Amino acid sequence: MSEAQPFVRFDKVQKSYDGEILVVKNLNLDIPAGEFVTMLGPSGSGKTTCLMMLAGFEPATHGEIFLGDQPINNVPPHKRGIGMVFQNYALFPHMSVGENLAFPLEVRGMDKSERETKVKRALDMVELGAFGNRMPAQLSGGQQQRVAVARALVFEPELILMDEPLGALDKQLREQMQYEIKHIHESLGVTVVYVTHDQSEALTMSDRIAVFNDGVIQQLSSPSDLYERPDNSFVAQFIGENNRFDGTILSVRNGKCKVKLDSGETVDASAVNVGGKGTRTTLSLRPERIEINPKSKAGRSIISGKIEEAIYLGDHIRTRMSAGGSSEFIVKVPNTSGHTPLEEGKTVKIGWLTGDCRALDPIA
Amino acid sequence: MTDTSIQPSDLLETDDGVSLKAKLARATRRNKLRALGLVAPLGIFLIIGFLWPIGAMLLRSVHAPDFGEIMYRTAALMEDWDGEGIPDEAIFTAVVADLTQAKEDKTIGRAATRFNFSFPGTRSVFTRTGRKINTLTEGPYTEGLIEINDAWGNHEFWLNFQRLVKPFTTRFYLNSVDYQVGENNEIVRQPEERQIYVRLFIRTLIMSAIITGFCILLGYPVSYLLATLPLRYSNLLMILVLLPFWTSLLVRTTSWITLLQKEGVLNDIVVGLGLVSDENRLQMMFNATGTTIAMVHILLPFMILPLFSVMKTIPPSYMRAARSMGANQFTAFRRVYIPQTLPGVGAGSILVFILSIGFYITPALVGGQSGQLISNIIAYHMQRSLNWGLAAALATILLLGVLFLYWLYNKIVGVDNMKFG
Repeated sequence: MSEAQPFVRFDKVQKSYDGEILVVKNLNLDIPAGEFVTMLGPSGSGKTTCLMMLAGFEPATHGEIFLGDQPINNVPPHKRGIGMVFQNYALFPHMSVGENLAFPLEVRGMDKSERETKVKRALDMVELGAFGNRMPAQLSGGQQQRVAVARALVFEPELILMDEPLGALDKQLREQMQYEIKHIHESLGVTVVYVTHDQSEALTMSDRIAVFNDGVIQQLSSPSDLYERPDNSFVAQFIGENNRFDGTILSVRNGKCKVKLDSGETVDASAVNVGGKGTRTTLSLRPERIEINPKSKAGRSIISGKIEEAIYLGDHIRTRMSAGGSSEFIVKVPNTSGHTPLEEGKTVKIGWLTGDCRALDPIA
Repeated sequence: MTDTSIQPSDLLETDDGVSLKAKLARATRRNKLRALGLVAPLGIFLIIGFLWPIGAMLLRSVHAPDFGEIMYRTAALMEDWDGEGIPDEAIFTAVVADLTQAKEDKTIGRAATRFNFSFPGTRSVFTRTGRKINTLTEGPYTEGLIEINDAWGNHEFWLNFQRLVKPFTTRFYLNSVDYQVGENNEIVRQPEERQIYVRLFIRTLIMSAIITGFCILLGYPVSYLLATLPLRYSNLLMILVLLPFWTSLLVRTTSWITLLQKEGVLNDIVVGLGLVSDENRLQMMFNATGTTIAMVHILLPFMILPLFSVMKTIPPSYMRAARSMGANQFTAFRRVYIPQTLPGVGAGSILVFILSIGFYITPALVGGQSGQLISNIIAYHMQRSLNWGLAAALATILLLGVLFLYWLYNKIVGVDNMKFG
């Protein structure tokens, strides 16, 4: 499939359930074939609604969804040929694992021997080859999850939708399944649209992540861009840990800006999402990008901060400071040999490279 | 390993050397007594008000000592009678003595009734003989009795007599399935015109099955709506389902009479519309049709509620999963939804079926001739004919039938799979 023709395409899609509130506002999203795209967002942000519209369980109120080059708004779900993994797996409790997997093949009129071959292959893929005769209730949560994945793949759809498929698993199993799903995606080359509210899951698995909030995609980019180059304050705050402090723009020049913090100090930041001189902005700064008592001043902004609390976490020391008008200013100090001693109540210099501090849209 | 950790459990002791089991029993005794005290009032009430009377009632189906007690002198001698011809003078003497005393005790009527149940048309033998018993002052009593009523010279009459004086009997059960004990103590069918109970049992089963079937057909879609509609509408629907449930059974049954009888609302409408001529008004009441309609309506909630509670637990994602895998709406419903509701269908069906097997009020009011069920005949024998033994036998058969169905259901579906709510 060429770049010009994305495999899945949302074109100006809007959705309202009650005719009063738009749950999805003007969604435009292109997904090339073979990509792993995650829709990430807090609950109520519209991500699951988008998935349901793509699967065909909810009609779009406005706009068109394309699969390949076909508009699918009027195609019923069972003719879309999209595999789906549900939050609670939705394994049919009255059928054995094998029967569950055979179901999509059976309704397609496939004959028995072919069915058995495909079911066997799909079960082997998720390493459950010997479990065909078990009932779903006899499996552990992780095994049920694998069966659900196998069932969504067994009829060889080109697109798989996953709706928070790992939500019910414990942390360790969840991490293991993340890799397994990622490997299955890589080896089969199917397109995956994945919905989750867990950012680490999204960062681990995805090629691209669409961050949803309030029915709008806030940012669509690769995991590293999302973390390191958030477009707005919501994304900066939602993905990873973030220090934010408010200020007023003094000047903007060459993609950089001078900001007068509410605490009175003046710092430099890269101007990402700001208005002109005199407008308010929220600065975003990752805790691990901050140095205490920086040796060099070149290209750095430096302010002073008072150490309020230092928590020893092994590989790093998490330090809460009062700085830049915030008492929740977090600095992660790597536990290297000979790092600056952190005494509570002491005032130190803290600094960061201008490029690491991003001036974004003001929050409140 | 220390030596305390490998003691066999029966030797385990607490610190002060008392066995652990005894100590545990002592510790929990107080709680056990308190729990027992809490359920005791209900338990005692159930035993006195429910189990004991029912047990005593069921016992009557095999135990009928009345006749033997009234005619006790005869009964003692009857055991030795060889069953040939008519008994000898000694027995006739005993009969006269028994009847004389029965007349004083005013128990002749009771004896006559008992005898009449198993040998119809013989009531007058006892009452008439009783009236004239004082004329027999001296023997031989054989001729005297036969003179008063020639039944006393009847061989068959005496065979019956011999059977009736025994306190334990199977005749009520035989009677319940349209058999009786024949002339030579062999088991024979009742004469054609008295074979009613088997037919009634079969009719009861068939009608219950039909009613259960209609309840499934009508209840399934309603339950589905209840389980899937938005809360606002499903609450309203639930009230509509429960409203008749809270209304008196009698009121509901009699309103069906108003609606369906020959001069009723429905007939007036179809006649008014010219669909049916005035002379051919539909007969929908006081027959099996009327019983079926009214009972389906009354028992419908018993189908809907267990179905609803099962459907409520089936998340919509199952149907969605089936659709996403390529099943159309109908296939998804048939292959995925319906199988998961079967425990509810089973629970509802068994509930409706068992209730309708024993249903009394509605068939009694609207059943007419063809809509009577077995419970109505049991009530008849309890209240009118006072043949409690037969009523008890019929009821016991009904009870065993229900238990058998329950057992069958458990074998096939499993009671654990049944969900009432």
